[in-house]
Amino acid sequence: MRDGQWRDLYDLSEAERRLLMRTDWGFVHQNPADGLRMSVSAGANVGERLMAVGGRHYGQIRATATDWLGRVEISADRIDDQPRSFSGGMRQRLQIARNLVTGPRLVFMDEPTGGLDVSVQARLLDLLRGLVGELGLSAIVVTHDLAVARLLSHRMVVMKDGRVIESGLTDRVLDDPREPYTQLLVSSILQV
Amino acid sequence: MSAAPSYNFAYLDEQTKRMIRRAILKAIAIPGYQVPFASREMPMPYGWGTGGVQVTAAIIGANDVLKVIDQGADDTTNAVSIRAFFAKVARVQTTTHTHAASIIQTRHRIPEKPLHAGQVLVYQVPIPEPLRFLEPRETETRKMHALEEYGLMHVKLYEDIARHGHIATTFAYPVKIEGRYVMDPSPTPKFDNPKMHMSPALQLFGAGREMRIYALPPFTEVVSLDFEDHPFEIQHFDQPCALCAATGVYLDEVILDDQGGHMFVCSDTDNCEERRAQGHRGALAGHRLEAGR
Amino acid sequence: MDMLQVENVAKNFTMHLRGGLVLPIIAKVSFAVAAGECVVLGGPSGVGKSSILKMVYGNYGVDAGKIMLIHNGQMADLASADPRQILQMRATTIAYVSQFLRTVPRVSAIDVVAEPLVTGGTEKAKAQDRARQLLARLNLPERLWSLPPATFSGGEQQRVNIARGFITDHKILLLDEPTASLDAKNRAVVVALIAAKKAQGTALLGIFHDEEVRQQVADRIIDVTRFAPDLAA
Repeated sequence: MRDGQWRDLYDLSEAERRLLMRTDWGFVHQNPADGLRMSVSAGANVGERLMAVGGRHYGQIRATATDWLGRVEISADRIDDQPRSFSGGMRQRLQIARNLVTGPRLVFMDEPTGGLDVSVQARLLDLLRGLVGELGLSAIVVTHDLAVARLLSHRMVVMKDGRVIESGLTDRVLDDPREPYTQLLVSSILQV
Repeated sequence: MSAAPSYNFAYLDEQTKRMIRRAILKAIAIPGYQVPFASREMPMPYGWGTGGVQVTAAIIGANDVLKVIDQGADDTTNAVSIRAFFAKVARVQTTTHTHAASIIQTRHRIPEKPLHAGQVLVYQVPIPEPLRFLEPRETETRKMHALEEYGLMHVKLYEDIARHGHIATTFAYPVKIEGRYVMDPSPTPKFDNPKMHMSPALQLFGAGREMRIYALPPFTEVVSLDFEDHPFEIQHFDQPCALCAATGVYLDEVILDDQGGHMFVCSDTDNCEERRAQGHRGALAGHRLEAGR
Repeated sequence: MDMLQVENVAKNFTMHLRGGLVLPIIAKVSFAVAAGECVVLGGPSGVGKSSILKMVYGNYGVDAGKIMLIHNGQMADLASADPRQILQMRATTIAYVSQFLRTVPRVSAIDVVAEPLVTGGTEKAKAQDRARQLLARLNLPERLWSLPPATFSGGEQQRVNIARGFITDHKILLLDEPTASLDAKNRAVVVALIAAKKAQGTALLGIFHDEEVRQQVADRIIDVTRFAPDLAA
C-alpha cells in the first residue's frame, strides 16, 4: 500500500480493492473494448479515473487528458471522438493512457499487443517501454509472444498447467532454458 | 356488507399498502437510496405513473386533499385521470390549488409556489437509476452506490461540456443527497432542482416498472453535481409568461399558428391562473388560446 | 587487483527435446581478470568461448563454480545471484557487447546507445551528447543517428552495438567479436577505445578472431581448449 504497509489482498474490503483498482493499479485488457467505454469520448475515457478520485475541474481534467493523449501518440483533435472510431492500435494506446493517468504503481497487461498488426505492435511496445521506464512503473505482462517478453521484461516466469515451471532473468530463460516445456517454447519461435 | 362490489380504500389491498409503506419508511431513513419494492399491476399502463400512484395509494387517508399535475398542468389527461381515480377509489377531496393540497402527485415538475411543512410531493419516476445510461448492469450500479463510486456521473457531465461547451443536461439532472447518494430527480427540468433542496415538504419518488422507491425527508440537502469551472445553473427565460407576466418561473413554449407564431407561458397552470385572477396581465393575455387552457 | 574471478565453472546443456541428452560444454573454468587488463579467450570455434562470456554476463546459468566480481565495492558471486542482483550488476558493474545488435523497433541509434546511461540515471540530453561523440568516433554517418538501427548494414549495427557497450564506465566489459564485421579503419577505432578503457582501469574479457586486433589488445590469451569437459573429467 502507499502508506508502506503490507496488506493481504484477500483481506481487503471490496471498497478498498476497487479503490486500489482505480488508483494504484492499472489493468490493460487484451481487447481494448473490455477496458474502454466505447460510447464516451476519448477525453472522458482518460478523465474518468481522475473524476473517480475526486477531480472536479473540467479544464484541468481536459488538460490532463490532452497531455496523456499526446504521450500515447493520439492527436489532440481526436479528444472528443469515441473510441469506436479508433483503430485497434489507437484503442490500445487510449486504454493505456486511461490506466496510467492516475499514476498507478502496478499495471497488469493481458496480451497488450495480442490483436494488433505487427507494425502497430512495435509502436505500442516502444511506447510501453518508454512509459514504464519514465514513470518507474512495475508491470506484470501476460503474453505468448516471446519477442514481446524479451523486449519488455526484466524477469520472466514460465507457466504450464497453472504452475510456474521456470523463472529468472528474461534473457537467461530464453537463451538457456532448463525445463522441457520452456525449451519447446523457445525452439518453436520462427526466425525472421 | 354492501350489495355492490367496491374497491378496497385507495384501490390496493392493505398488505400491499403496508409493504409499500415499509419501503417508504426505509427510503426516508436513507435519503436518496433506491429501495426495491414489489410493484403491483395497476389499472393503467406502465409509463402513466404506476409508481407514483402506488405511493400515493399507500399514504393517502380519507382527510387528504389531492392535487395531480402532469408537466405542471392540472388539466392534462394523465393528471385528470389519476385525480378521478383517487376520487373514486379513496373518495378523497381533490384540488388544483398547490397550497390547499396535502398530497401532490407530479409528473416532471415541482410547483412554483413553495411547499409547506406537512405537504407530501409524490414523483412519478420512469428510470430511477442515474447511472443507468452509463452502466447498464444493475449489479454494478448497486455496487457503485454502495461504495460511493460516482466518478461516472461526472463523465456524463464531462461529455456534455465536451460536446456542447456547457452542461447540456436540462432535465433529470443528477443530484447528491446529504453528501452521500447520487439520485435522479426524475425528468423534472433542472430549473426545479433548487426547490428540492431543504424543502419543508416530504418528497417521495415511485418507479413502478423499475420497482424502486426513494425519498427526501423534509429539510434534506440536495446538491446538483457540477464542475468547479462549470457550476450548476438553472434555465433562464428572457421574457415573462405571456399570460400572467410572471418572471422567474418555468415556461413552456406554445405554438400558436402555422406561421411560426408562438408564446411562452407558465408550465404551472395553477400558479398562472392564480396570478391572472389577481390581475396580472401578460402580453398575450386574452389570446383565443387562453380559453383552451 | 582482480575485478573478475572465475572459479571452477562448469556448464552442460540438457536437451529435453532430444530425449534429455546432456551435452557437456566446458568444465573447471578458472581464470581471473585484473583492472586495466584485457584477457582474450582463444581456441577454435565451438570450444565454448561464447558460453563463458555469456555465463559471466549471467545470460547463461552455471552448473558449478563461482563467478566473483567486485560490485558496489564488495565481492559478489554472479553465478548464485538472484535475477534482481544480476540486473543491478549489469546496470552498474558489468557490460557486454554482443556479436549482434538486438534492435528495438522505432528507437533511434542515438537512444539505443544512450540507453544504458539513462538507465543508470544520467540526464537524457547528456547521455545523448555522449552517444553522439561515440557514434562520431566510430564513423557512423550522422544521417543515421536518428534512425532505428534495424535497417542498418551489419557493420553499422555493430558500431551502434559497440558504442552502446562502451558508453558507460562499468568496471567489467565483455566483448564478443566486436570487430568481426568492421573495416580496418573502424577496427583501429575499436582498438583505441579498448586501450582507453584499459587506461581507465576497466577489466576486459573478450573474444577476437582477428589475429591482428588480438595482438593489439590482448594482455593475455587463455586457451579455452584446456577447459574441455573430457579433459577435465
